[in-house]
Amino acid sequence: MQFWIIQGLNSLSLGALLFLLASGFSLIFGLMRLANLTHGAFFMLGTYFGATALRQWSGLNIWVTALGAGIAVAALGGLFERLVLTRLKTNPLGQVLVTLGMSFIISDACLMLWGGDSIPVPTPQSLQAPTRIFGFVFPTYRLVLVACAIVVAIALYFLLERTRLGAMIRAGVDDRQMARAVGIPVSNLFTLVFCLGAGIAGAGGVLGGPILSAYPGLDADMLPLALIVVILGGIGSLLGAFVGSFIIGFIYTFGTALFPELAYIILFLPMIVVIAFRPQGLFGRVGA
Amino acid sequence: MTISRRQFVGSIAGAGVASVTAPGLARAQAGGPVRIGMLAAKTGPLASGGIDMELALVMFLKERDNTLAGRKVELIVADTAGVPATAHSKAQELVEKDDIHCLIGPLAAFEALAIADYLTEKQIPTLGVAAAEDMTQRHPSPWFVRATSTSAQCAYPLAEYSARQLGYKKIVTIADDFAYGHEMCAGFQRVFEDNGGKIIQKLFTPLATPDYGSYVAQVKNADAIFLGTAGSNGFRFLRQFIEYGLKDKMAVIGGMTALDESVLRNMGDEALGILTTSWYSAELDNAPNRAFVAAFRGQFKYDPGYYAGGTYLCGEILEGALKTINAKAEDRKALMAAIRGSNVETVRGLVKFDEFGNAIGNVYIRKVTRSDGRLVNSVIKTYPDVSQFWTYDKAAFLKEPVYSRDYPPARNLEP
Repeated sequence: MQFWIIQGLNSLSLGALLFLLASGFSLIFGLMRLANLTHGAFFMLGTYFGATALRQWSGLNIWVTALGAGIAVAALGGLFERLVLTRLKTNPLGQVLVTLGMSFIISDACLMLWGGDSIPVPTPQSLQAPTRIFGFVFPTYRLVLVACAIVVAIALYFLLERTRLGAMIRAGVDDRQMARAVGIPVSNLFTLVFCLGAGIAGAGGVLGGPILSAYPGLDADMLPLALIVVILGGIGSLLGAFVGSFIIGFIYTFGTALFPELAYIILFLPMIVVIAFRPQGLFGRVGA
Repeated sequence: MTISRRQFVGSIAGAGVASVTAPGLARAQAGGPVRIGMLAAKTGPLASGGIDMELALVMFLKERDNTLAGRKVELIVADTAGVPATAHSKAQELVEKDDIHCLIGPLAAFEALAIADYLTEKQIPTLGVAAAEDMTQRHPSPWFVRATSTSAQCAYPLAEYSARQLGYKKIVTIADDFAYGHEMCAGFQRVFEDNGGKIIQKLFTPLATPDYGSYVAQVKNADAIFLGTAGSNGFRFLRQFIEYGLKDKMAVIGGMTALDESVLRNMGDEALGILTTSWYSAELDNAPNRAFVAAFRGQFKYDPGYYAGGTYLCGEILEGALKTINAKAEDRKALMAAIRGSNVETVRGLVKFDEFGNAIGNVYIRKVTRSDGRLVNSVIKTYPDVSQFWTYDKAAFLKEPVYSRDYPPARNLEP
């Protein structure tokens, strides 16, 4: 019983982490049809920013840090989109390549600035004591992370479904040309969404920090996870990213616990099944 | 910047010609410096160790005014990025273009294995740092020595110490799912079980594991957990282990890289009291090490660990060997023989090589304590002159298969 409860909670917290990672990727992919391979690097940059800030100012609150890192990474993302990606808008393959190149540049820059050691992101003092549930012990921070992901999901839902900006983004996802024809400034929208996606990744990097730590290679570890979630959940679908994250969280956690020999393929298995039977993903509105 | 196709091709061809002729030129200049090649992973996930390797060797040579045994020395460092194929092409470059006399490195076993045959064929004296057992056991090379340790060599003393001194009966092991982790845990298991203990669970986690929570939650109730990890993964696992409140329930012990100085400098009080084993500690109290650590800390503001210490050690052994042969590094056979016959006091104490080229030297049981405000591995027990075969019969040892995930079989696993 303990096994199922603890691993269930583990699944939820991994799902939360994945959602913070993948929602931004999904937003960008949905609107811009761009597989942003810099996404893992943005996430890692957030983690490094968070680790540095929290080490420098010990009284700093992790939520403020996440917000700050999110804004910083969003600004970087915005610059990248404006200065580089827009110049390649007629060349989608070139765009993907350039995002890959950018991820290499960021990871090398991180190595130069922070060195090769793993740097911990401290768990907030108030959340360090483990929580007791039915006599079992579980890290409090992981539970808070789940709440955090739900808050982000709800905020994004309202942004996309209840605001004018959200309506424009949805219009752009569904039919970019028609949206342009009715006067939606799609190009500005691109920049905005790119900033938003990068920002969520940066903030998610800080929030995931206490579990992951900042280390060289974090970007490359995270990027495939974002891809898997988005492909499973469906492109451009917030609900898809949300459900996809938690499905992967559960499959991964129970998979590695029950069938440790399959640890390597367990992440990719659900994705392959979904691609085979439902190429647009569980909640996707358009084909990939 | 526009380069025409013809210019581009021309410059490539030119480079090719230059690299073909360079060795001939270099050889012609007899009496030039001793050329030491170094392969270090300075970028990629192994960069932390690779950068330390370079810093330590550069410092070693600078201290000696780039002169060993009275002859100038030139160091050529190549970055392998932790990729075997890159290690291979860089090794080729060092040998064929730079015409090195000997090689130090590389860091990871898969890199070392990728270039082992090539270096043997080219007869390049190599001082390795990588730990793969068979490089000095079932497939030794006359041109390869290892002054540090095999994967399991340092695990043996800790296994005995755990069973006899600490009285542990049941232990869980966890390591990265690759040869280094398999070999270390296998060696630990063998000695621990031969001393009456039981390994009740062996966990191996993929190198890219996003979340260790699911593994931490699987850890069975035991007296201790043995960390056979290296670098950031062990560090991340340990943090989660503590977050789940497990450190209060069972002791944590670790192999030679688990709580390396490079890991410790990023940890806090949670690391205090953990026992690990290694052939080195920055706290070792011998004259060469005191001088080395003081200089290293003065220059880089942190303690040297496994990789910095291991490379400095290679430098010391190389210096000793060059002295024996009056710095005539061109005679590779003599250089290699001198290295193998090495008998110098180093930062880890006296090191000798067995007939397979692996170090016989002290192994230290260390405890994490706080000293001058930073965490250090203070030595609590010394196992003198530990061999890669521990106390087992050499011939019988070599007849058995190499350690792996499933060998020797774990007979005491709890369901």
